[in-house]
Amino acid sequence: MDGETASDSESKSEFGGSSPVPTSDDTPEVLNRALSNLSSRWKNWWVRGILTLAMITFFFIIIYLGPMVLMTIVMCVQIKCFHEIITIGYNVYHSYDLPWFRTLSWHLQLYFLLCVNYFFYGETVTDYFFTLVQREEPLRILSKYHRFISFALYLTGFCMFVLSLVKKHYRLQFYMFGWTHVTLLIVVTQSHLIIHNLFEGMIWFIVPISCVICNDIMAYMFGFFFGRTPLIKLSPKKTWEGFIGGFFSTVLFGLLVSGVLLKNVLRLEYLSGVSPFLAALNFCQVLNFSGPEGALCVFVQRTVRMYPFQIHSIALSTFASLIGPFGGFFASGFKRAFKIKDFANTIPGHGGIMDRFDCQYLMATFVNVYIASFIRGPNPSKLIQQFLTLRPEQQLHIFNTLKAHLVDRGVLASLEDA
Amino acid sequence: MSARRRRRAATEPEEEEEEEEEGAGSDKEVDLEERLHELDLRGDSDIPDVPPPTDSTPEILKKALSGLSARWKNWWIRGILSLAMISGFFLIIYLGSFMLMLLVLSIQVKCYHEIITIGYRVYHSYDLPWFRSLSWYFLLCVNYFFYGETVADYFATFVQRREQLQFLIRYHRFISFALYLTGFCMFVLSLVKKHYRLQFYMFAWTHVTLLITVTQSHLVIQNLFEGMIWFLVPISSVICNDITAYIFGFFFGRTPLIKLSPKKTWEGFIGGFFSTVVFGFIFSYFLAQHQYFVCPVEYNSETNRFVTECEPSELFQMKKYSVPPLLQAVLGWETVNMYPFQLHSFALSTFASLIGPFGGFFASGFKRAFKIKDFADTIPGHGGIMDRFDCQYLMATFVHVYITSFIRGPNPSKLLKQLLILQPEQQLSVYKTLKSHLIEKGILQPSLRG
Repeated sequence: MDGETASDSESKSEFGGSSPVPTSDDTPEVLNRALSNLSSRWKNWWVRGILTLAMITFFFIIIYLGPMVLMTIVMCVQIKCFHEIITIGYNVYHSYDLPWFRTLSWHLQLYFLLCVNYFFYGETVTDYFFTLVQREEPLRILSKYHRFISFALYLTGFCMFVLSLVKKHYRLQFYMFGWTHVTLLIVVTQSHLIIHNLFEGMIWFIVPISCVICNDIMAYMFGFFFGRTPLIKLSPKKTWEGFIGGFFSTVLFGLLVSGVLLKNVLRLEYLSGVSPFLAALNFCQVLNFSGPEGALCVFVQRTVRMYPFQIHSIALSTFASLIGPFGGFFASGFKRAFKIKDFANTIPGHGGIMDRFDCQYLMATFVNVYIASFIRGPNPSKLIQQFLTLRPEQQLHIFNTLKAHLVDRGVLASLEDA
Repeated sequence: MSARRRRRAATEPEEEEEEEEEGAGSDKEVDLEERLHELDLRGDSDIPDVPPPTDSTPEILKKALSGLSARWKNWWIRGILSLAMISGFFLIIYLGSFMLMLLVLSIQVKCYHEIITIGYRVYHSYDLPWFRSLSWYFLLCVNYFFYGETVADYFATFVQRREQLQFLIRYHRFISFALYLTGFCMFVLSLVKKHYRLQFYMFAWTHVTLLITVTQSHLVIQNLFEGMIWFLVPISSVICNDITAYIFGFFFGRTPLIKLSPKKTWEGFIGGFFSTVVFGFIFSYFLAQHQYFVCPVEYNSETNRFVTECEPSELFQMKKYSVPPLLQAVLGWETVNMYPFQLHSFALSTFASLIGPFGGFFASGFKRAFKIKDFADTIPGHGGIMDRFDCQYLMATFVHVYITSFIRGPNPSKLLKQLLILQPEQQLSVYKTLKSHLIEKGILQPSLRG
């Protein structure tokens, strides 16, 4: 719901001769019939509108269904995005005419996708399912040598790539290799960061994603009604008015959504065993606020009852409105560079999955970095687990350093206390 | 057009390799690529031949060798430069870990520069606005990120005392991400109408290069901190494999190994394998006896220097091994005294000889794909720095993964750093837990004050 399609059709006319992949009309029949009377422009608008509502409803449904379903959905989205970008790579390099190449390299790419996913899942799962993993013998071995196994798997793929190099097509093959790796870097790492955020608490998943979506919609509306000054040459339909209006409405929206969500603590299963509400309380402690739940935070000389998380939501929505669009510009530039209108035709009226998720990627990384830097420190029980695997002299060294540090800070009153 | 190209390996003979098939075969590639974007990738025939490397041999050498024929002259230059590099290497080892770190860092920067320059040449993108500065900026960002994550751990005591550094460490990820984002936004803002595709290509090229060069060089440095032996043995195994594979290939070579590098032979491959394993075994025996090589590098905040003093771990203490019955018959010994590390050196040398060459094949394929003879002309007779280091990259990652999986568990400095970030109450509870654990295990005597 941004001015993207309009700008895309502009870019299409700009390119003239070289025609992009035509978007086949895969709007479902039922919609086609229902809207058959309207002119094509309104029809387009309605199709987009209906699909948007469908996607948002779908989003709510899977949130309701819980984290496991959410994780699965994130995985599916990741695989589809990977597929879309790789297909674009194929189209760019005209490798239709090399059927063996397509099969072979597609298999290789799938293999790399699986390897990298395996690596990331191993790292995540080991952390969060620590006790389960320690109990089951095969899992324990897999997790202990996880890095080695992942590396061995990756190396196998690498050697297969080298062995599969065919004389006349070196450059093509290297391009696809490079393309695959960059795509993996973008798509897979970000989807795992999203899952990390999810494990922190569903609120860290819902609020960022909805802020980005809200910014899209709001920027479009403000641009539609008040838009005058163009924002950036890459996307001619974006305007400063839309940008700024979108920023303010998104911040407001973020505050409202976090407030609503936090009131319904029940909905926010916190998989690590601490409710996000308590985590918010911790934050309250750090800020030296005092008070019971729903601590009072002074705001513009009026005391306002706010959850501390809502202050974080301001940071999140600010990022979503100011920097998130750069992800969109990047994707626009990418599409113009490779002369494509949309990433794919998966969603009628909207294009591919990547089209919808391009702004989300920067957001996912930002939320993850934000959480790691400002919200949660290291997990003490996990540290103890790691400590127990060290050698005795290392344990002693760490113990002594910690002790000296505590005495230094006055936390350990005296040596007799030890 | 068939560019005469020289094989990458350190020790291959100097015959130019004609690839007549390459000349004919490039037609198909020309076809494909002519159908591609008009802006950049023109057909292969349009890409100007890489200018022959300017002869950067120093004058002295040229005079000394002026009598010999061109072929021997080349061979001598390569030989002399190899010796020069090896001596330089020894010198730096003698100078210590800090110098080694600097060396690794400068090699990384040079490799990055070489690969990026190739990218510029391939895409004719010298004049892209901003792009050079952006590439260097990204290099800086990623290096900053990695240094904060790894090296800062080792300086924990140093950092504790200085407030500003503490701030930098605590919010390190955020700061690195903000720096990277700035570069990303600059890239987006710098997109120029007619050169979108070029700019995206260079962006991707930069990122893949960063992935290869910067991550691996940081893994090398982490291995170095584990103990210089973990740095020396892998690198020398790879070099030894290069040289011995060449020698075996020279004398016994008959069956070609892989189409990518026609000069490699199975005899060289297998001969190199066995000699590298033996070399690794013997070399580690000598290194394991000295604390200088064996101890993890630590930063001593009192003397402000890196020190390598410690009680060598049991990896480096002589142990009696009973020889398996199979070998007993051959060697006639029942037990043998070796360092456990020498067993690990088997694994390292095996990897260096069997999988390391794939890094070389990859680089060969890369050079053929982009029709370049060498990565650059930095080293006379050898090509660029990348030419010398292409096999090392896989090795560095392998050693790092090997160490984390089989040798040491979690990194104690990292653990310490995380402990120090906790809230005071959390630290206190952790402290109590640790204390009871240590007392239970008898590591800590309850009567002593620690």
